Amino acid sequence: MNITPVWAIFLGSIFTNNILFASFLGMCSFLVCSNRISTAVGLGSAVTFVMFFTTVINYLIYHYLLLPLGLDFVSFIIFIAVIAGFVQFLEMFVERFSPDLYYALGIFLPLITVNCAILGASLFMVIRNYSFVQTTVYGLGAGLGWFLAIALMAGLREKMGYSNVPAALRRTGILMLMAGVIAMTFMGFTGMLSTQ
Amino acid sequence: MATKTEALQPRSRLSLFGGKGKEILLEGIYKANPVTKQVLGICIFLAVTNRVANSLVMGAALTFVTAMSNLFISTLRNVIPRRIRMIAQVAIIATFVIIIDQFFKGFYWQMSKQLGPYVALIITNCIVMGRAEAFAMQNPPLPSFLDGFANGIGYAIILLFIGTVRELIGSGTFLGITILSDSWYTKNLILLLAPGAFFVGGFLIWILETLNPSGDARDNKEAK
Repeated sequence: MNITPVWAIFLGSIFTNNILFASFLGMCSFLVCSNRISTAVGLGSAVTFVMFFTTVINYLIYHYLLLPLGLDFVSFIIFIAVIAGFVQFLEMFVERFSPDLYYALGIFLPLITVNCAILGASLFMVIRNYSFVQTTVYGLGAGLGWFLAIALMAGLREKMGYSNVPAALRRTGILMLMAGVIAMTFMGFTGMLSTQ
Repeated sequence: MATKTEALQPRSRLSLFGGKGKEILLEGIYKANPVTKQVLGICIFLAVTNRVANSLVMGAALTFVTAMSNLFISTLRNVIPRRIRMIAQVAIIATFVIIIDQFFKGFYWQMSKQLGPYVALIITNCIVMGRAEAFAMQNPPLPSFLDGFANGIGYAIILLFIGTVRELIGSGTFLGITILSDSWYTKNLILLLAPGAFFVGGFLIWILETLNPSGDARDNKEAK
């Protein structure tokens, strides 16, 4: 059992072990959807929401169903099925009960199934041996960390419109270099916590 | 997902070449390399490349999964109902990922520990899904197998390149053998950490785009 205090997991998952800048998860949608702040905020909140609930559901399934039955080797397939199912359910639910929210978040929901950060959070939860409370906090923190990352990037990209970027760097190159600089600043938080 | 499918569209014309395995191989490895040209599946490409050994193993695992899942999806392509094809593809891909993961856990425990969750994350790697959707669903098994193999190798070559640069500059070694000796070389540790991965990736894309500009960059040049 992991003995890291809960607050350390929360702050750690947002700053020192940011799921995007330290573990590189969710890069594809990070690069594609970060061109406007409004898009980034929409996708970021959808990811936070889905990540929080799927890590909790996956924790319960893993510890109360798969482990007792000795089926932990099929956990990947179960995790991805839970994520896909949850996203599908959420889409129908939001569409039925809150059309406004559906127009704001709806287009991002299908993207989330293939976002590796969501699956990654569930896998880290298993690898790091988190307890139930730690998992809850970690799911929320990792989601917020991803939100913070994509919102920061979108803010920078909106300002980048005024800069003259070399043609060969324009597509993805400059985004990677910018992400590198942001990742360096996030490393500055490392001294804040000395745990995972 | 939509943009990714669009990016892959032009390649579906390959089905015209049917049995020409060489064309398919070249296309995947060089002309439309999945990482540098289509910018797919960057998570793994940044995360595991701090050592050459990790890059090699990951490249091999990804090639196996892409090739085998392409082969099976293509064999079953006429039986899979159109509406649930995504789930069917994910299930097939996940099966092969589980096989690889169990193999590493059984025979290479140390390596499995180091790669951590990234082996499992092959499931959500866009390259595997992308090839299944764009190629294997329309083509017979053998060309699909070759296509998956070629894309996997193309990916592995990039992984190996980044792994070499990062390990050489970051710790002065290659596959654990010291090349740049401590006596005169100061290790540049930043390359082993997260920002280094982004920088090496950014510069690699910069160099390749300069040598061989793709659509957008060319348009920008002409517009000026």
